[in-house]
Amino acid sequence: MRFLVFLEHHEGKLQKDSLGVLSKAASLGGEVEAVLLGSDVNELAGEAGKYGAQRVHVDDDVLLDKPLPQPRVDALETLLGGQQFDAVLFASSVLSADIAAALAARLDAGLNYDLTDLAVEDGKVVGKRPALGDSVYADVGWTSEPRLALIRSGTFEPKEVGGRAEVAPFESRFQDFSLAATMVEQAHEESEGPSIEDADVIVAAGRGLGGPDNFGLVEELAKALGGAVAATRAVVDAGWYPYSTQVGQTGKTVSPKLYVAVGISGAIQHKVGMQSSGLIVAINKDPNAPIFEYADLGVVGDLHEIVPKLTELVRARKAA
Amino acid sequence: MKIAVCAKYVPESTAARRIDPQTKRLDRSGEGALNPFDVNAVEEALRLKEAGDGEVVIVSLGPERALEAMRRALAMGADRIVLVADEAAAGSDLVATSRVLAAALERESPDLVLFGQQANDADGAVLWAAVAERLQRPLISQVAELSLEDGKARGKRQTEYGYDVIDAPLPAVVAVSDAINEPRYPSLKGIMGAKKKPQETVSLADLGVGAEEAGEAGSRTTVEALNDPPPRGDTLKIEDDGSAAEKILEFLQERKAL
Repeated sequence: MRFLVFLEHHEGKLQKDSLGVLSKAASLGGEVEAVLLGSDVNELAGEAGKYGAQRVHVDDDVLLDKPLPQPRVDALETLLGGQQFDAVLFASSVLSADIAAALAARLDAGLNYDLTDLAVEDGKVVGKRPALGDSVYADVGWTSEPRLALIRSGTFEPKEVGGRAEVAPFESRFQDFSLAATMVEQAHEESEGPSIEDADVIVAAGRGLGGPDNFGLVEELAKALGGAVAATRAVVDAGWYPYSTQVGQTGKTVSPKLYVAVGISGAIQHKVGMQSSGLIVAINKDPNAPIFEYADLGVVGDLHEIVPKLTELVRARKAA
Repeated sequence: MKIAVCAKYVPESTAARRIDPQTKRLDRSGEGALNPFDVNAVEEALRLKEAGDGEVVIVSLGPERALEAMRRALAMGADRIVLVADEAAAGSDLVATSRVLAAALERESPDLVLFGQQANDADGAVLWAAVAERLQRPLISQVAELSLEDGKARGKRQTEYGYDVIDAPLPAVVAVSDAINEPRYPSLKGIMGAKKKPQETVSLADLGVGAEEAGEAGSRTTVEALNDPPPRGDTLKIEDDGSAAEKILEFLQERKAL
């Protein structure tokens, strides 16, 4: 089995999810290689060895400087033109979903997306894909090579194995239409504190909070727990909190060790973004809220009473 | 200016959804509707049309009966529908669907192709990039703000890190997020007029797509088996009697989450 893992990076760091996918591929055995595309990225290539890559294919090119998908499709086509891989794996993100889908069309290669696990069964790669709001898990396969797979974000944890990767430079051939779109302004991390995808603890708030002014309660609890603040789509849509903190189907998928849901009813759109969290604690005044069906600890009560008290208790305990 | 909106016929969101154990496909026999996320794309197309002038065409791949649901877009103000309805296209995966849609779009050769953020019956959200690839056009996805100027589309794209601004020369493909606008409701006049607007149904043959290039034959992925989700541990539910905060703290300590 020979795997190629697409490594995404942002502001000089390899993205955690793509390292997680790399670690997963390494655990499946066989040859594990990675591809790194960008400008001034040579130094990052070595990093991938620690997570199990035996070789990293690098195209360091100014045309790959901005995080735009189409030039990356050209780069991958160039690489795959000269190398045979059984599977090409992507950790799902705004950028990589576009790359993987366009590559599927370019190569007429099957793409399975939203996978939450990968396995090799009887010498065949099998993907596990939840459907219908995760009420059914499908085993999915491919009828062509290379098999393209997008892994749901937050699925695999990176594991350092301490190896070294050989760096193999290559040069992409670009198509005119792939270079037509241009980045006018690129986003930079705007949130303070840990980003929600990397946070071990998340305190998330929903419409039950009552209004934007009450986010102070949630921020205090998050601070006491050493975590980040997240929000539901309803709250982001209402303009109470920034989009970058949105968890759910149309926001981010997170899997912290602890997820505290405050005033969140827990509709399926929210559930799919956080259900792989280690421990889920929910506080909601509606005893019939769906979130209680999948919270490890559900508390029916008034968040305005409970949250400040809990913050005090956590602070006292941490100070002790 | 010609704008094509790719729209999907999906099961009504209130309907119970099931997967047919035989075909391992989503059972689509019940009531259907225009995918709610595509309504934002229709709205955006209408706003662009109203700011200048032009035509808005709805392009869809689905069963014949999808036409009725698609009329909602006509009632909102879109000009016509092209529906690719062909038994041979049922069960198409990304590779096959993008091939059929691209063929339908090539026939229209629009200046701008719009997609909604996702289909509410699949968690993929990847189709637009495959279609842009097949049309060999520049792409902007996850667009929260869109404007057209000097033959270019400018989109503000939501990413994990904030907002990018990207320019794409027309003709281009743009996928909009559902935060981009608040779609209008069709007026009574719009609803009355919708039936009279052109609604064309085409087959794969009309598009020059072979039956072996669509449906399961043209697909490159398979569903092998359906299983129950992995079980979650027991859940504990308590009512606050004034000591909930203490109980949460105890629980977190027990589970070593502090």
